[in-house]
Amino acid sequence: MSEPSSPVAVIQEKEVRVVEFKNNKILDEANIAEIGATLNALIDETDQPKVLLDFTSVDHLSSAALGMLINANNRIKQRNGQLRLSNIKSQIFEVFRITKLDRLFKIFATRAEALASFDL
Amino acid sequence: MGLSGSSRHNSSDARRAPQMLQSPSIVETRYGTSMKFLIPSVHAKGSEVQNRILEEVKKFNYNSDSIFAIKLSLEEAMVNAIKHGNKLDENKHVYVEALISPSQTEIQIEDEGPGFDRSSVPDPTAPENLEKCSGRGILLIESYMSDVHWTNNGKRMHMSKRND
Repeated sequence: MSEPSSPVAVIQEKEVRVVEFKNNKILDEANIAEIGATLNALIDETDQPKVLLDFTSVDHLSSAALGMLINANNRIKQRNGQLRLSNIKSQIFEVFRITKLDRLFKIFATRAEALASFDL
Repeated sequence: MGLSGSSRHNSSDARRAPQMLQSPSIVETRYGTSMKFLIPSVHAKGSEVQNRILEEVKKFNYNSDSIFAIKLSLEEAMVNAIKHGNKLDENKHVYVEALISPSQTEIQIEDEGPGFDRSSVPDPTAPENLEKCSGRGILLIESYMSDVHWTNNGKRMHMSKRND
């Protein structure tokens, strides 16, 4: 599922697709478009997709990356799925807080907590 | 080779010459480093400028939060100039000036677009806008930088960050 060239690594945890970002920066447009396309394909693979985005490796992101995440969130909602975010570093969480997207996304401190929160 | 060949080469490249990143103006003064760039409206060129400025900021031992703030704001401002100002028209240029000292970094970015009115940008945190995919760049810049303002009908953005 995650080829060597893919910008993300995908791990299956029961019904949940756990997505890890390989690059520590989700900044530039080309990178974001590639991640967005990969996420869209992954979301479209199943009905009621359950996706956990793990931000452990992410040190930087931009408003374009937030747009990509919102797009993924909307797509998952359309398919009656569930999206969770975990392991967001404090500097990155501040970006979510400033934009009030910490209210839109379901954000958890750890992967285990995020996994436990899915309605399976 | 010879002079004529080389001069013909130069003249054909004359229009493009000022925009080349290989020769930005970088001057070190006793107050800090002054950097000037003129680039075509291409994201990759914008990224190069960002990296050059950030390398310089890091030399002055800025703290992690200040570096994060400058990096994010530069990214947002360069995308605004290239994409929204110049509409990715490679014949239009973005001019970037940075003055970096131990106490603060001042950055000016000017595009050749139609200009920009800050008051026309809707609040991206309003409930009706929260699920929109764009419109957060200015909010982030204003949140992270110490001062942000515009001149020249909004074509030139001035932003500064104190290293405190």
